[in-house]
Amino acid sequence: MKFPIYLDYHATTPMDPEVFRTMAPYFTEIFGNAASRNHEYGWKAEAALENARTQVAQILSAVDKEIIFTSGATESNNLALRGVAEMYRDKGRHIITSNIEHKAILDTCHYLETQGFQITYLPVDNFGMVSVQAVREAIRPDTILVSIMFANNEIGTINPIAEIGKVCKEKGVLFHTDAVQAVGKVEIDVEKMGIDLLSLSGHKIYGPKGVGALYVRRRSPRVRLAPLIHGGGHERGMRSGTLNVPGIVGLGKACEMASRLLLEESTRLRAQRDRMWKAIQAELDEVYLNGHPTERLPNNLNVSFAFVEGESLMMGMKELAVSSGSACTSASLEPSYVLKNIGVGEDLAHTSIRFSMGRFTTDEELDFAIKKVVSTVKKLRDLSPLYEMVKEGIDLKSIAWTGHH
Amino acid sequence: MAYTNKVIDHFENPRNVGSFDKKASDVGTGLVGAPECGDVMKLQIQVDEKSGVITDAKFKTFGCGSAIASSSLATEWVKGKTLEQAMAIKNTEIVEELSLPPIKIHCSVLAEDAIKAAIGDYLEKKKGEAK
Repeated sequence: MKFPIYLDYHATTPMDPEVFRTMAPYFTEIFGNAASRNHEYGWKAEAALENARTQVAQILSAVDKEIIFTSGATESNNLALRGVAEMYRDKGRHIITSNIEHKAILDTCHYLETQGFQITYLPVDNFGMVSVQAVREAIRPDTILVSIMFANNEIGTINPIAEIGKVCKEKGVLFHTDAVQAVGKVEIDVEKMGIDLLSLSGHKIYGPKGVGALYVRRRSPRVRLAPLIHGGGHERGMRSGTLNVPGIVGLGKACEMASRLLLEESTRLRAQRDRMWKAIQAELDEVYLNGHPTERLPNNLNVSFAFVEGESLMMGMKELAVSSGSACTSASLEPSYVLKNIGVGEDLAHTSIRFSMGRFTTDEELDFAIKKVVSTVKKLRDLSPLYEMVKEGIDLKSIAWTGHH
Repeated sequence: MAYTNKVIDHFENPRNVGSFDKKASDVGTGLVGAPECGDVMKLQIQVDEKSGVITDAKFKTFGCGSAIASSSLATEWVKGKTLEQAMAIKNTEIVEELSLPPIKIHCSVLAEDAIKAAIGDYLEKKKGEAK
């Protein structure tokens, strides 16, 4: 086993060696500019690009012309939101999103608020799910866009995307979804789901970093976007700049593999994840699952280990690479806003750990991880005054705490 | 967060973990922090009633690595000190000893508070007995 054991696949994934091999020639031999229309180098680059476009389109059941390549999902999200906002601002200035979106959505929405747009941040339920009814009720005559994430990056909850898409169609409002965590984990069909815009990223699906895509619907309706980056008019004028051919080839290959492996991989990951959760519950008391019990990404396990602070837990199991919703692990000293917005108390938010398994997680690694988690939590609970008090039958809420923050 | 070896040592081998009977007349208990803030320290001292010297100390801490290290260090430091000397321990000394980064200074503040709260609790008990 290689240490630390990587259980942070939501943060990023290693590139699949097959993806890497596919990309390699495009750095050196096949280096042409895809916009060079008059020679072999350019043609080869363009052919590779168009092959990749088809591969990306296929994983979404889209048409290749609907794929715009970007530098990653942050750019895709910015392009979707700001591009629609600018293009349709005369039609309306209201956008609907949720309060547990990724920062690439929330911060873009905050920016749009400074530009005269009104944003509705829909609350989610205790599992992190957006209510279809709430979306319906939030739509106003001046609403131009609904942007709801496919699956949450912290707690893994999957939203009822097809139903939200249906409501948006009925109301004639564009629907964008940030599908960064969902691609390759769950089936996506932009036609059946009524999705007009969709963001995805290479490095979350065993492809390279620095490349992503935005799906932009071309028919019924034809979505138009104002570009963020002006220049040579690449990507149907929506995203200028010489195309990152090796990166895009890698993204295409990663999508092709993800489609091919989806069923097998999601089944295996779900089994691993469920096994870990069952083992944790069998060995430890006072553990709480964050997120939805069933409607969640197959590889996501987010658990609050009450009375043990997340950063110290991570420090105690340094053989595992995981992440935490604890304030102490963030630069801002604020606990996770996602956990807060699904109603997890700050005390429990501080004790949360996110495990995310992936393509290269072995059963042997998982066994080690389970043992490590259990022993570290037990050790730190022996050190925890809160656990001691609870075991003595003291109600922690009855204590007059002296907080510093 | 990259910690110094001293923090890691205190975290992995915490000194003086445990609890005294908080009702004992020679024991002072300090409980500071809040679960919502992500750190709670319980620091206890056992005092030789004649000399006023802290003969033993114990702690339990819920918190990050530096909170655990700060309180572990605090128990080491108060042992053998008089109440007055222990009262004079400053959080900045803990910061220095453990080389805590600025973002973790509140852990040392909490440890200082815990020492003071434990001493305060002990003195309150004595006052109660005197009455």
